[in-house]
Amino acid sequence: MRVADIAVIGAGAVGCAVARRFALHGASVLVLEKEADLLSGASKANSAILHTGFDAPPGSLELACMQEGYAEYLDIRGQMNLPLLETGAMVIAWTEAELAALGPIADQARANGIGDVRLISPAEIASHEPHLSGRALGALLVPGEHIIDPWSPFLAYLLQAKAHDAEIAFSSEVTGGAFDGEIWTLQTSTGERRAKTVINCAGLYGDAIDKLLLGAADFEIRPRKGQFVVFDKAAADFLRTIILPVPTERTKGVVLCRTAFGNVLVGPTAEEQKDRVRATTDEASLRELVRRAIDMLPPLKDIGVTAVYAGLRPATEEKHYRIAAKPERQWITVGGIRSTGMTAALGIARHVYRMYDSSAAPPLPEQHLPLMPNLAEHLPRDWSQAGYGEMVCHCELVTRREIEAALSGPLPARDFGGLRRRTRCAMGRCQGFGCHARIAELTRGYFETPLTIDPVA
Amino acid sequence: MIEVCDVLIIGAGPAGLAAAARLKQLGAGRVIVVERETAAGGVPRHCRHSPFGMREFRRVLGGPAYARALAERATNMGAEIRLGTTVVGIERNGDLAVALTSDTGVRRLKPKRILLATGTREKTRAARFLTGDRPLGILNTGALQSYAEKGLAPFRRPLILGSELVALSSLLTCRGLGARPVMMIEERPAPLARASFMFLPRLLGVPVRCGVRIADIHGQKRVEGVRLVLADGSEMDLACDGIAISGHFTPEASLARAAGLEIDPGTGGPVIDQFGRTSDARIFAAGNLLHPVETAGWCWAEARRLAGFLAISLSDQLPEGTVASVHPGPGIAYVVPQRLVRGGTGLKQLQLRATEPVRGRLATEDKGKRTLSRRRALFPERRLLLPVPDLTQAGGNIVIGIED
Ligand SMILES: Cc1cc2nc3c(=O)[nH]c(=O)nc-3n(C[C@H](O)[C@H](O)[C@H](O)COP(=O)(O)OP(=O)(O)OC[C@H]3O[C@@H](n4cnc5c(N)ncnc54)[C@H](O)[C@@H]3O)c2cc1C
Ligand SMILES: Cc1cc2nc3c(=O)[nH]c(=O)nc-3n(C[C@H](O)[C@H](O)[C@H](O)COP(=O)(O)OP(=O)(O)OC[C@H]3O[C@@H](n4cnc5c(N)ncnc54)[C@H](O)[C@@H]3O)c2cc1C
Repeated sequence: MRVADIAVIGAGAVGCAVARRFALHGASVLVLEKEADLLSGASKANSAILHTGFDAPPGSLELACMQEGYAEYLDIRGQMNLPLLETGAMVIAWTEAELAALGPIADQARANGIGDVRLISPAEIASHEPHLSGRALGALLVPGEHIIDPWSPFLAYLLQAKAHDAEIAFSSEVTGGAFDGEIWTLQTSTGERRAKTVINCAGLYGDAIDKLLLGAADFEIRPRKGQFVVFDKAAADFLRTIILPVPTERTKGVVLCRTAFGNVLVGPTAEEQKDRVRATTDEASLRELVRRAIDMLPPLKDIGVTAVYAGLRPATEEKHYRIAAKPERQWITVGGIRSTGMTAALGIARHVYRMYDSSAAPPLPEQHLPLMPNLAEHLPRDWSQAGYGEMVCHCELVTRREIEAALSGPLPARDFGGLRRRTRCAMGRCQGFGCHARIAELTRGYFETPLTIDPVA
Repeated sequence: MIEVCDVLIIGAGPAGLAAAARLKQLGAGRVIVVERETAAGGVPRHCRHSPFGMREFRRVLGGPAYARALAERATNMGAEIRLGTTVVGIERNGDLAVALTSDTGVRRLKPKRILLATGTREKTRAARFLTGDRPLGILNTGALQSYAEKGLAPFRRPLILGSELVALSSLLTCRGLGARPVMMIEERPAPLARASFMFLPRLLGVPVRCGVRIADIHGQKRVEGVRLVLADGSEMDLACDGIAISGHFTPEASLARAAGLEIDPGTGGPVIDQFGRTSDARIFAAGNLLHPVETAGWCWAEARRLAGFLAISLSDQLPEGTVASVHPGPGIAYVVPQRLVRGGTGLKQLQLRATEPVRGRLATEDKGKRTLSRRRALFPERRLLLPVPDLTQAGGNIVIGIED
């Protein structure tokens, strides 16, 4: 049996970035993911903001990883055709107390190396955002905060790892294993696998995996749910900048921003819960989010709701990232990547690689570069090029050519969620009213959990 | 070379096709209908069960046959129907123009007039803020009908949410698929469909419960069950493998909105005058885009009439200038048309919908003067017609509401 250099447990944002980094250095990589497709855990549902780290704890590992991740994303995105919606952000003070807090936040931002932040007046807020409620007392402008497509980059990273011979095993849950002093043998739901070093990127199950394979975990995952409401694309006319609240110790708070796909979203909530699986939405919280969104941006009152969703943050009992190496066990835990992991993933991956190989051997000179299909609204989409066959999803203008491409290739979509994240089909205002059945037809035989069931005899 | 035409109709549902045939009959010149689907006919294409066509063809037809007959009539009259063609934008600065995409690429077309007939859809689970997980198996009736049309089944033992006609259509569609709904629930205290229609669930052995809400949806991959809150406040767990969500219609008005046309918050569709003109007098609207929801036959007849006005407008003979605007008052969800122009004919009736089932007096107020009409029983999903007020003076702000 092949012994991989590295087994990465989990194909979330972090696992995908880690797999890529190791593969780029020539390591043989095995990725084990319990779900049918990548990004099925915490990573499928976030705010999609590429953070500067302006409000991160100064001197923290989190800040370093965010800044390194941010820089690398800007560096590689052109080569892989990954979008960036340059919005900037405003931390808005709605009360006198919040206004007083802006100065210290600006100082912290500068201390964190974000030199281009500045305090702005209500008049300047209005000039940036004429539709925003006039109640804002002031704001901190953070020009570097931007929006990305939260899914395509990680698919790109995993594709790149795969192009460098990584093996990706989906539907392969790690259920046990042992270390013999040289090699790890991992039990998975699809059989035994072996690797020299294990990197635990199991997100919401990070503590569980450490307990299962090391006998103990240094931290405890305390899932923190965040619910979101996505408004129809008509809302995008009324907002350009990311509207951030003054953050508290516990949460970055409810954000109002555009998405790369042309909508406006509001969220997330911050709700502690025990359950690591259920990320439910509930009517009362959603209505409250809508109310707050309208309060900030009054024209939203006439705009429909396109989608609602919820994600679970892999938070722990402490705020900071829980990244630790156990060299004697050939093990690295990348746990508690709570609420900035999408931004930090590439930086975390570099950090983890340096922990693994302190000489930090340079990456391979020749790199395979997957070119991603664009899903962002502000850039040309597939439908504008002839020969797409048929328009399958009318709200998001998804073509048959795009669906077929997502169902084939080195990492095809293996469930409906995966197809939606790769193409945006059925993610628009009608949520599949018009296209669900056609998608069911086109995806027959492709998914682990198909859209159709066998008819009753 | 940019293509030109006299009338561009967007949407080949009953409304668009009725208007196309009528416009050709009236000699309106070059009439093009564009439809984003690969077949014409709109919603009825997927409705295999209902009676269609009495008004239009004096025959009882199934939905697909009806859709074909409408398309054939429009084509025979000389309208061009372009399938698999999506309108992605309307330009209104200067000459009217639209951007179209199809398999052959993106093109522009300059019509003298546009008729929007983009129809309606049901409010989604998301827009209704249903509480719970988001597994496979939660669909609107429209999606369920297209599954059935393709011979595919999304579930076996669904819960049906809603009790208007479309929920009954859901029941029938399930039956055609061999699926057995476990229950039909309605949030309101009584079903919305007429009592005489409610024999259907009984006949099919599907229990109907009113005053019931979904408190939670369970299942990670597929729906596994729901928690219901019953009328008496008690809770109940019910096993099911899907939820068919019906009703709560919302117009497919994204194109109208993106074009900057005035949108009525009541209907969710464009504001029109009694000739079917939107806030841009070169753009008309018809069908369920105007009023979610009416039957196919109604949309057909209304679109025929509006096509007549559109034909007149091609030679600039429709009256101009708003005289009165019409607003929904207490208890009324919407009124169409929302704007009235003095002179000429136009639609003879206002269409209204109630927000809740009520019995009361319909009161019309115009510039402080009020006229009371007789007592009426009103239901949310049922049409109510009132004669268009006689506008003899200029100005006016008509409010129609329900009293006591
Ligand atoms: C509400 C919310 C808003 C956020 N907003 C932002 C933002 O705007 N910007 C930003 O940068 N970040 C944001 N984040 C943070 C970011 O989403 C997370 O930090 C990141 O997704 C964590 O990724 P992960 O790979 O650690 O975890 P996960 O995505 O959970 O990945 C772990 C993977 O491991 C798999 N796994 C678990 N157990 C096993 C097993 N036994 N065997 C095999 N596989 C297993 C899981 O199935 C999963 O796919 C937000 C997060 C949330 C929830
Ligand atoms: C689920 C459901 C079930 C129904 N069941 C019945 C029934 O049993 N009996 C009945 O009488 N009525 C029924 N109705 C009402 C139905 O809406 C009408 O019967 C009728 O279809 C309305 O006609 P229309 O032309 O206004 O719209 P539609 O039939 O909806 O046609 C609109 C057309 O416009 C096209 N279109 C939209 N946007 C674009 C664009 N940008 N570019 C190109 N094309 C576009 C659409 O693809 C569609 O074909 C039902 C409605 C729904 C939603």
